Amino acid sequence: MNAADKALSPKAAVHLISGNHACALGAIAAGCRFFAGYPITPSSEVAERLSRMLPEVGGVFVQMEDEIASIAAVIGASMGGVKALTATSGPGFSLKQENIGYAAGAEIPCVIVNVMRGGPSTGMPTRPAQGDIMQARWGSHGDYPIIALAPASVREIYDETIRAFDLAETYRTPVVLLYDQVIAQLTETVDLGDTEGLMRAERKWASGPREAYQPYASGDDGIPAMSRPGAGYRVHTTGLNHAENGFPTQNPEAVARNLGRLLAKFDRHHDTIDSWQTLSCDDAEVLIVAIGISARAAARALDIARARGVRAGLFRPITLWPFPEKALREAAAKARAVLVPEMNAGQLSLEVERILGGKRVDAIHRYNGDPITPAEIAQRAEALAKEKK
Amino acid sequence: MIVDSAPAFDVRDYLRLEMMPHFLCPGCGHGIALRALLWAIHELGIDKDKLAVVSGIGCAGRLSAYIDANTFHVTHGRPLAYATGLALARPDLHVVVITGDGDCLAIGGNHLIHACRRNLKLTCLMLNNEVYGMTGGQVSPTTSESRLTTTTPLGNSEPNFDACALAAAAGASFVGREVTHHVPKLKELIRAGLEHPGFAFVEVLSDCTEIFGRKNELGSSAEMVLRQKSELRPSAYRDTVDTPFRSNDLPTGILTKTERPEYGMAYRKAAAAQRANTAARASAGVNERKA
Repeated sequence: MNAADKALSPKAAVHLISGNHACALGAIAAGCRFFAGYPITPSSEVAERLSRMLPEVGGVFVQMEDEIASIAAVIGASMGGVKALTATSGPGFSLKQENIGYAAGAEIPCVIVNVMRGGPSTGMPTRPAQGDIMQARWGSHGDYPIIALAPASVREIYDETIRAFDLAETYRTPVVLLYDQVIAQLTETVDLGDTEGLMRAERKWASGPREAYQPYASGDDGIPAMSRPGAGYRVHTTGLNHAENGFPTQNPEAVARNLGRLLAKFDRHHDTIDSWQTLSCDDAEVLIVAIGISARAAARALDIARARGVRAGLFRPITLWPFPEKALREAAAKARAVLVPEMNAGQLSLEVERILGGKRVDAIHRYNGDPITPAEIAQRAEALAKEKK
Repeated sequence: MIVDSAPAFDVRDYLRLEMMPHFLCPGCGHGIALRALLWAIHELGIDKDKLAVVSGIGCAGRLSAYIDANTFHVTHGRPLAYATGLALARPDLHVVVITGDGDCLAIGGNHLIHACRRNLKLTCLMLNNEVYGMTGGQVSPTTSESRLTTTTPLGNSEPNFDACALAAAAGASFVGREVTHHVPKLKELIRAGLEHPGFAFVEVLSDCTEIFGRKNELGSSAEMVLRQKSELRPSAYRDTVDTPFRSNDLPTGILTKTERPEYGMAYRKAAAAQRANTAARASAGVNERKA
């Protein structure tokens, strides 16, 4: 470790830092060496931190002319073989969507932080929301797979930023790190000493003779090896539907085969992609499903509810997309009621309803910029428990 | 004339022959521009493995697929932004952007002016055929006044951009324009752009005979190429303010060439200085939080 690395080392001590700061530290720890962004509240601290940190480790920070250029530069850097990050918030996330679709389709690893604030449009820049849950999954046109992670604490932002890079590199995909304004700007004491268990994945690089290399052919894992410019493979990368050789095709069989592989890319990797937390689910009669700051409130609500004799449990997806469906079904198996508190007009609740098919799903939908309180959640859980008896 | 010791230029050495036949229309000027680019690359001895070509959407954007190099066909209007990331992350690569008048000046206009301002080492080849050819012939930011397109059935009444004047005004340190009529001159201009240690903007006036020419009764492809010669004035570049927005009165050749710090090099230099400073403080035992 050189002096610069040491100066930035998160292992030195317990830190009092914000979520956005933790994201920047996690990115450096994950090996991110390129950031392109555009100022936007409430994510700008990620850019500001990295503008100081990246040059220290030989990386590049660039503030681009707009949100679209930022994601484009990030994908460009990643096409060059460098781990790359951008950070934004709602309006900027909307602007980036076309190019996120490009990264998904051309299978270019990258990480996009989206700090959720009030919407639609300019909305409430300094107030929290959780209104981009569906945009993270479906924001770009056409069919494509994507991974989205939803940390709920400052320490978890650090961990999930590292995991976002690992998943992006391992599965050649854009990964969205989705957290709300509260978690982003919340300052917490975190111990970053215990980070040894976190993965540090590297991209699968092409090897062997050029003639035998097919940039979009894969083995059983469904993940094609990527070629680094300069390594002699001289491949073509395009947003057009392409065949295994990377060149555009409109042949229906070739498109079905290659797009089919892309769409099924995560299916056999749920063991490593899925991540969730359960609290007191074993005997829960009321299952609460929540992410981010709403999940933090729900965790407190469990104590309040249980003190009143209501057996409440919490299921918190950490990997939000693809949704950990099997785990949710198992957690909800014994519950007689399901409650989804979320800071939007109904997004997570739609997915929970779909997965639990037929089970009644109640929700607290809040979109006025005020976080949902533990007392509100506990009260609603108690009412549901009584109603079901 | 530049005399080279390089072996004779054979365009096939730089093409993906398995991609032939190409999809350009008969008479299209883009193939001439592509040949001139590859010729210049050959003369400079640029290693194909170290050559990255980033292109946008449209007829010009499709050219990258034919080049035997690291090629990236990206989203509409964004090749300069992708190339900025690629060139900053990989300063060892020689990055060339191929774009069209719609891709570069309309949907991608913001990236162009900021690339000019930033002065990162990139060569931007903008093929100007005055029309959105790929989508069937709609008006573009460079369509001349009164020209007919599928979306200007009454004749174009919008003034058009002088792309070179725009690039120069935005701070581009190298700006040049050439026509497909003068292939060796075009090659020389592109070569000068490739050699320029900063952002180089090269506009190539290229004919769309099949769509734009037919609609405006401009004659055969040969007649359209000859018109380039008779209508364009290879005059010295004049003050931007006085340059009329008329594409039939455009100077050619190298129009701007200035020395400015190259962005990537300037950034890496500043970063190295910061690292040295941090290391010095660390060894002196200064306990200062950096992040």
